[in-house]
Amino acid sequence: MKKEGLMHELKKNKLLFLMLLPGILYFFVFQYIPMSGIVIAFKQFRFDKGIFHSPWVGFDNFDFFFRSGKAWIITRNTILYNLAFMATGLILQLATALFIAEIGRKFVKKYIQTTLLFPFFISWVVVGTFIYNLFNFEYGIINHYLKDWGMEPVDIYSSSSSWSYIIVFFNNWKYIGYNSLIYLAAIYSIDKSLYEAAEIDGAGIMQRIRLITLPLLMPTIMILLLLAVGQLFRGNFELFYNVVGNNSLLYNQTDVIDTFVFRSLIQSADIGMTAAAGLYQAVLCLVIILVTNFTIKKYNSDYSLF
Amino acid sequence: MSRSLEQKLFHSAGYLFLIALAVLCVLPLLFIFGGSFTSEQSVIRNGFSLIPKEWSLEAYELAFKNPKDLFQAYFISFSVVAVGTAAGLLMTAMTGYVLSRRDFKYRNFFSFFIYFTSVFSGGLVPWYIMMVSYLDMKNNFLALILPLLLNVFYIIVMKSFMSGIPFEIIESGKMDGANELRIFFKIILPVSGPALATIGLFIALQYWNDFFSAMLFITDQSLMPLQYYLYKMVNSMDALSRMASMSGVPIPQMPKETLKLAMTALVVLPIIFVYPFVQRHIIGGVTVGAVKG
Repeated sequence: MKKEGLMHELKKNKLLFLMLLPGILYFFVFQYIPMSGIVIAFKQFRFDKGIFHSPWVGFDNFDFFFRSGKAWIITRNTILYNLAFMATGLILQLATALFIAEIGRKFVKKYIQTTLLFPFFISWVVVGTFIYNLFNFEYGIINHYLKDWGMEPVDIYSSSSSWSYIIVFFNNWKYIGYNSLIYLAAIYSIDKSLYEAAEIDGAGIMQRIRLITLPLLMPTIMILLLLAVGQLFRGNFELFYNVVGNNSLLYNQTDVIDTFVFRSLIQSADIGMTAAAGLYQAVLCLVIILVTNFTIKKYNSDYSLF
Repeated sequence: MSRSLEQKLFHSAGYLFLIALAVLCVLPLLFIFGGSFTSEQSVIRNGFSLIPKEWSLEAYELAFKNPKDLFQAYFISFSVVAVGTAAGLLMTAMTGYVLSRRDFKYRNFFSFFIYFTSVFSGGLVPWYIMMVSYLDMKNNFLALILPLLLNVFYIIVMKSFMSGIPFEIIESGKMDGANELRIFFKIILPVSGPALATIGLFIALQYWNDFFSAMLFITDQSLMPLQYYLYKMVNSMDALSRMASMSGVPIPQMPKETLKLAMTALVVLPIIFVYPFVQRHIIGGVTVGAVKG
């Protein structure tokens, strides 16, 4: 019965199916087929034998991954960086959007918005060279000025303590214009008459923000935070790789799951263990997305993602 | 606190905050351009500074002495952006359109099929092995296109935009005897201008700034896109000495540090040219997307 339904549907909407085909094929080939490669995580992978003929090793790869001590460091770093991005990002982006919305001569808005969006257009490779130009020990701009003022130059590339701040700073720098746009759009969609009524009642700017803007922004804030929580175990590879580079002195502070997996893959050190690390990340991602979605649905189904 | 005082304080704080941010956002460019026009000698003696102490064009002279690799990288990047954006946008639009059709029976099934890939994936390793061992993507131009061709999020945005188009338009098209392809190309695409512009821009920007695909799959110099070429220049002495030897400049005399910044400036240049024209589309697009929720 059901099969007939499908055949009937196929015949009726031949062209629609045809239009859908490239997209479906794409996801099938590039997403679903590689999923079967997950078995590598349970095998001792050998390139000459391929995915399906390499010998099974059970959970040895995971065992090795967790006992190397790497698992803990990269998981901790990934989570802490994402939490730092979320907290600082939320405050800075909200502040930016509120300021732009409230103080607004038109040309100020236009020019400031235009400048803030610029970093979004620059690749992380370019940001990486800029950071090198800024912090380099011998030639860097910061050390140039430190020396000019008679202070000792600092060699940031061999000490790890400042990198977490630098990374959080540049992540905010790159995305502040883009993300504050989303808040700004939500602010503009708030009914103007609410503000007019508040004005008549004698509310000041801070009262208007606290009593009207922020409460009405809550759905947008929640959605953006939720999306960020879903990405808690994912590191932005391009950011970490370009800002820090392949600097083993800094791994304790700057290595995230994505950079670790990439490095192990390229160095072909241990494909099975690398695949295990990748699967570990994929499962954590799935679990956290399901858990957040479930929690939110329970609390208020309007905010849930699916 | 009196209302006017509060207002003044808020406005001054706001201007201070926003102007400081705006300065921070363009400062890197000034550093890069300033550094690239400095003489290598002055950099070695004093390091970089915002305004060059000794102006010099030596870095650019070297970059253009034997510009074959550089122009090849531009050519690859422009080709990737052109091909990838055209193919990606068309496929995103088609997929989003079919999934937006209320009368398409299996749209929920296919939506989930696509959406699920953003929640779970096999991870980098199986994907890489499939690309290299089974699809022959090592040093293949397609390896620069395929990884970013379709994006779940853009399909969802496209779908929700197209769901907003009144269904009667499609029905009246059918009534006039147009087939589905004709309806899509002649009716739906022309009224989807804003969505196409925004998503096309996002796809183009992603392709332009991508270096991950090249890093994974490309070792052949003639297939290197600009960003990866720059990455190699900045991070490996090999790439720099290759450039020097091809231009016949002795390696000790090569303006190493300023050359890195000159290359960076050359990579950013196209963005600076198109930025004034494209940024308002992004602003418009985000605004539309956010209001839709």
